[in-house]
Amino acid sequence: MSDHLPEKGHSLNGHPAEDEHHGLDPLEPDEPIQNPGLPAHVWRPTDVDPASEKRAERQIAAIFGLSSICAVLFVVAYFTLQTGDTHDTVLDLGASTVALGSSLGFALLLIGIGIIQWARKLMGDHEIVEMRHPARSSDDDREATLGILSQGAEESGVFRRPLVLFSLGGAMTFLLAPAVVLFRDLGPTPSQVEDDQDYPGAGLEHTVWDKGVRVVRDVVGTPIRPSDLEIGDLVNAEPETVFALDDEGEPILEGVPLQIAKSKGAVVLTRMDPKDNTPGKGREDWAVDGILCYSKICTHVGCPISLNERKTQHLLCPCHQSTFDLADSAKVIFGPAARPLPQLPLMVDDEGYLVAQSDFKEPVGPSFWERDNNGSTTE
Amino acid sequence: MRHLNRSANSLAGRLSRHRRRPVAGALLLLLGLVLTGTLYSAFSPASAGSAENNEELVAEGRQLFLVGCSFCHGQNGEGVGTANGNHYGPALVGVGAAAVDFQVGTGRMPMVQPGQQNPTKPESYTQDEIDALAAYVASLAPGPAVPEEGDFSLAGLTEEERTEAVARGGLIFRTNCTACHNFAGKGGAMPRGGYAANLSDTEARYIYEAMLTGPGNMDNFSDGNLSPEEKRDVIAYLYTLRDQPAYGGFTLGGLGPVSEGLFAWVAGIGVMVGFAIWIAAHTTRSTKQKDGTAA
Repeated sequence: MSDHLPEKGHSLNGHPAEDEHHGLDPLEPDEPIQNPGLPAHVWRPTDVDPASEKRAERQIAAIFGLSSICAVLFVVAYFTLQTGDTHDTVLDLGASTVALGSSLGFALLLIGIGIIQWARKLMGDHEIVEMRHPARSSDDDREATLGILSQGAEESGVFRRPLVLFSLGGAMTFLLAPAVVLFRDLGPTPSQVEDDQDYPGAGLEHTVWDKGVRVVRDVVGTPIRPSDLEIGDLVNAEPETVFALDDEGEPILEGVPLQIAKSKGAVVLTRMDPKDNTPGKGREDWAVDGILCYSKICTHVGCPISLNERKTQHLLCPCHQSTFDLADSAKVIFGPAARPLPQLPLMVDDEGYLVAQSDFKEPVGPSFWERDNNGSTTE
Repeated sequence: MRHLNRSANSLAGRLSRHRRRPVAGALLLLLGLVLTGTLYSAFSPASAGSAENNEELVAEGRQLFLVGCSFCHGQNGEGVGTANGNHYGPALVGVGAAAVDFQVGTGRMPMVQPGQQNPTKPESYTQDEIDALAAYVASLAPGPAVPEEGDFSLAGLTEEERTEAVARGGLIFRTNCTACHNFAGKGGAMPRGGYAANLSDTEARYIYEAMLTGPGNMDNFSDGNLSPEEKRDVIAYLYTLRDQPAYGGFTLGGLGPVSEGLFAWVAGIGVMVGFAIWIAAHTTRSTKQKDGTAA
């Protein structure tokens, strides 16, 4: 391409050639000031002074040498400094972390610094002019390409034989079917989980909560009486099932089912003045003396929520600031969540402890493909 | 032994001989009264033992309250409302001595101005005056009392029990408290300009009182919610956090992505800009010419 340039009338140093162009294109202005070209090259000390050149060479070699020393220090620090329970410290920081980080960091940084210094001091630094090229191909090239394309279409006859073309399109479309079948089996569908798994609360629609399951404090697993709670108390709670033992003293739930039960069954329990609460339609008897129970899993993307403002009864999700009004069926008052937090209907069992009336009336957590979004009970 | 028995017997005999005299009844009554009084003062709460003392304290607290608190909280701690249903100061009936000790002891009260967040500041009252104020507010209605040292101290536990307590406290803290106070207990932002307090220097007593009374927008963690032992464990965990060396490097305030991101943007990108300027900067030039070439 570059050999086109002289033909267009520009010399390498950018002077416009004052020949036929001048007459042909009246819009191209005359250069009011002659292009002075590049100034004379000024040399660096390292170019003209052999002693300075030697010094720069040694300096750069020393920087690379320091980098090697840092790399060796990394290995030494890796094997000598203690980690774990009896770790060494330096300035109250972990000695191993600091030593590994700084030695590897400096090893890399010094290589970079050495290369920059090399380029600045020793590599050639002559000014070079590189002319711009037009992005458009030449007319000959464009015509040749179009010719090849139309010749190909002509010889293959795609437009004369539409049957071939359409059957090829059909074959490509049907190729999607194997892909759909393969991708579908990458994981179980929610209905498959519900049908195949035998632990309680399997699948996305249900949780381990059920009629009569006690609400217990998370971590310690103790049941809660309404009289335990004062107005303004907030309890992070779980279904008793996740702490329960069977007749032989073994946990009922273990492993994956336990983790699933905990993650879907997590609730927050709050007590407010019953006068402050506006129960939703059909939820009039879901609270016990102003004690309300909601799913702790945000309906946006499923973060656990317990950032509560006691004075306003607003529960906030720390991930994306969705805000739910606990005094009004946990309706969304701010943020990206689309649905209220599911509420767990509460009652008191024979021994006076708080229990669930039933499972949640709607799936907990974020939306999913098969979810029946009309199932929400607050409106 | 026999000699001792005999002398005891003879003493009993002498007492027995005098038991029907009129003075014996009076003596016995006196003995009973003294014994009851001693036992009562030994086993009853200290405040009841010094009822008169407490009354004085309440009276002194009331004087202080009328001067320093009643403008917002009302002359009898009933609170002062505004026209739109909010209040300048909430009612203090039933908040208990613990709330007063926390609010005044950490300098949050008296408040500089109403607002979303009530910051801590150097306290305005001495501990004696705070005790008097607390006694007065506690006399309005029953409420949580100021916790004793023993309520939040791990003293008396074996090394193994302490380790267990700290581990349990960590679980409870991470379940109940980290949403607002952050995983390292360094506090965090709350809506509309509020913030949850940094717990890294807060005294154990004030942490306990805050859980007990739920100051500001904080939830209550009353004894029915988190038992006194569980509160103690949380405090033990927070104190353990303070002794931890920053193993992973500088903590940058322990605030997580906020301060770390700021550092990366300012220091990290700043250093890179510096390198870019250095790469493009002019090098030193010499006035000399290269040997054998003309200017």
